[in-house]
Amino acid sequence: MEKVILTADDSASVRQMVSYTLKQHGYDVIEAADGKDALTKLEGRKVDMIITDLNMPNLDGIGLIRGARALPPCRFIPIIMLTTESQDSKKQEGKAAGATGWIVKPFQPEQLIAVIKRVLG
Amino acid sequence: MIDLHRQTFRDEAYELLAELETSLLELYENSSDPELVARIFRAMHTIKGSGAMFGYDDISIFTHDVETVYDLVRTGQLVATPELVTLSLAARDQIKEMLDAADGIGRVNEEHKAEIIAGFRALLTPSDSPVRERAPLVGESAANAVTYRIRFKPLPRLFQTGANPLVLINELSEMGRMFVIAQTSNLPLLSELDPELCYLFWDIVITTDKGENALRDIFIFVEDDCELTIDVIDDGGNLDNDEDYEQLGAILIKRGDLDQEETNLILSRHKRFGELAVEAGLIESKQVASALAEQQYVKGLRKERQTQESGSSIRVPAEKLDILVNLVGEMVTVQARLSQYAQSSNEAALVAIAEEVERLTASLRDNALNIRMLPIGTTFTKFRRLVHDLSQELGKRIEMVTTGAETELDKTVIEKLNDPLVHLIRNCIDHGIEMPEVRAAKGKPRTGTIHLSAIHSGDSVLITIMDDGAGLNREAIRAKAVEKGLVAAGAELSAKEIYGLIFSPGFSTAQQVTNLSGRGVGMDVVRRAIDSLRGTIDVDSREGEGSTITLRIPLTLAIIESLLVRIGEDCFVLPLSFVDECIELSREDVARSHGRHVMNVRGKYVPYIPLRERFSIGGEVPAIEQIVITQIGGNRVGFVVDHVIGEHQTVIKSLSRIYRNVEGVSGATILGDGSVALILDIPQLYKGAELAEREAC
Repeated sequence: MEKVILTADDSASVRQMVSYTLKQHGYDVIEAADGKDALTKLEGRKVDMIITDLNMPNLDGIGLIRGARALPPCRFIPIIMLTTESQDSKKQEGKAAGATGWIVKPFQPEQLIAVIKRVLG
Repeated sequence: MIDLHRQTFRDEAYELLAELETSLLELYENSSDPELVARIFRAMHTIKGSGAMFGYDDISIFTHDVETVYDLVRTGQLVATPELVTLSLAARDQIKEMLDAADGIGRVNEEHKAEIIAGFRALLTPSDSPVRERAPLVGESAANAVTYRIRFKPLPRLFQTGANPLVLINELSEMGRMFVIAQTSNLPLLSELDPELCYLFWDIVITTDKGENALRDIFIFVEDDCELTIDVIDDGGNLDNDEDYEQLGAILIKRGDLDQEETNLILSRHKRFGELAVEAGLIESKQVASALAEQQYVKGLRKERQTQESGSSIRVPAEKLDILVNLVGEMVTVQARLSQYAQSSNEAALVAIAEEVERLTASLRDNALNIRMLPIGTTFTKFRRLVHDLSQELGKRIEMVTTGAETELDKTVIEKLNDPLVHLIRNCIDHGIEMPEVRAAKGKPRTGTIHLSAIHSGDSVLITIMDDGAGLNREAIRAKAVEKGLVAAGAELSAKEIYGLIFSPGFSTAQQVTNLSGRGVGMDVVRRAIDSLRGTIDVDSREGEGSTITLRIPLTLAIIESLLVRIGEDCFVLPLSFVDECIELSREDVARSHGRHVMNVRGKYVPYIPLRERFSIGGEVPAIEQIVITQIGGNRVGFVVDHVIGEHQTVIKSLSRIYRNVEGVSGATILGDGSVALILDIPQLYKGAELAEREAC
């Protein structure tokens, strides 16, 4: 069975690129436009991993990470945040909230896949 | 694909710019609304981040400073003055201009752009200027392989960030040769164990040419949640002068498991260091084991390197090795006699010597046989030439792929394998692979592939010849076999049995006789040659997709593991590679099957061959006989004997010319008491019984 990855990003182009790359590598993808949307989509289904942007309207990435970690099926799954180089403090905050790792934007599709392999196996 | 993403980004960016304009104008009216500031920040952030991802680097760089300023506004460190809003609107227009320019509409006014950037920079203190951090993925590499000792000790909370240490260790294992020891000393009692915490830590020794940074990189996400130490313990030949590696105590000190004082205290007593350290309660035996493993690993590594460096090998005539192997064979026989005598003598000292001799002989035997082992690759190269020449001649396009060329086999076995392999490969080329046009019409690549591979499997080697040609036509084989009178017209045959028919003497389905094959000689020759090596042949095929022929060949011809059995006064030997299991056969069992030689084994009927009858051995039949059940080409067949004695190291002696044609016996061996036991030719006995059965029908 394919692994399911939820990707949350308010930027449609990044979401499209992430989603396209993941599907090419055989993952099932659920897209969410922001943290709130993501939490709604996490309800009642199990995903294997979450990739989230940090700056999003309604509920930001940190909020999503906290919210997801509070859901029993998401307690131990890898959560990767997309950050930019100016957000070192955000990175710490994200880790404290329970993020597994991060990818620095901009990134290439290969880098994305390499990080997924690193945390998802 | 990238163009698609760029288009999406452009649409998105224009949308964001429109939104940005509205927000900025609103901010002009109401400079204290935090939601407005956040919206502006996000818009800038997205334009910057996504811009960089899709190749709009200039936009990304330009937006960076704007974003940084709004981050400060957002956190209350700057106030959104009307001047800032005006400047931001100019920046927004600038971004639009840059987007348009990328589309080929208009040009970017560089001067104007620089002015805007300067305006934003003026609002920033120097420390806010961009700081680039090391991306998590770097591939720095060092030239030669270095061995590192890694201690990876995650904090108990590791799992809470969704990290999986096993995935990391697996990733590490892809970087080079390594061994891992999991340390369990922090593991609490089961009643106190919290399954959500990580109690284990790992000692890893890895040899890699990727460099330390690449190793650290793997752990980058867990850096803050673990203790990680990486030390060079062997730098690939620069540090070491000899193969000796550090003393156990030194390793434990370097790892931080022990300190120097504790070590000295322990050293003052005389015992093995590790034991003492554990006894003293300073460390756990697992830690010692881990350190010892490291010692072994590096010693092995250095030894390997030294052997490579000295490159010492000598050429010896094969004949000398044959003599050596024969002598070892004699020796094994004598040793068996010695052991038997010692056992019956009840003399403790003699038994001790006999056991010593037994141990030495076993390792002498293994070593001697090992010397005669050669990689099968030498013959593989010959076949490459054969494929090339034959395919040219036939106008076919064939590529040969080989794997496992390094697989070692006894020299004599390799020599005897040559002819059957030539036959099989010729058959693939001639009958298997189709002409390029035919292949193209079937939607296959014009060039056919023959895959020749060798792999070790227990005490045998599996040699596989696989082609992607037409495959075997089951109906054609059956029709031919019926025509030649090999099977009855209505006989029900399994796929395996049908494929087996191609090895019958005088069999050929080729429509046309070529000068290569198709005369019906060949395949039965192959079968005979493989039988003489005590090997088996297995054929599998899918029509239209190709066929696979698998040869299972014992590693050596000189000495085999076998099962020693007794019938009447005589001993016989069955090669252990055929044997599945042994069960009892009572008089009642015989009576129950009404004289038919079948036995119900766990619900399945297994035919058996009573060897006493087969070899016409007289005397009293014991009340309970034994059936040795063997596996021959997918069939289970039993052989009835009086008594199973046990496993036996059998040195194979060939029979003299007079006895060579005796059916059912492939050789002889000398037992511990000096008597001779015959080695049973299981496949031949089975075939003989099968023929007899068919005639009887």
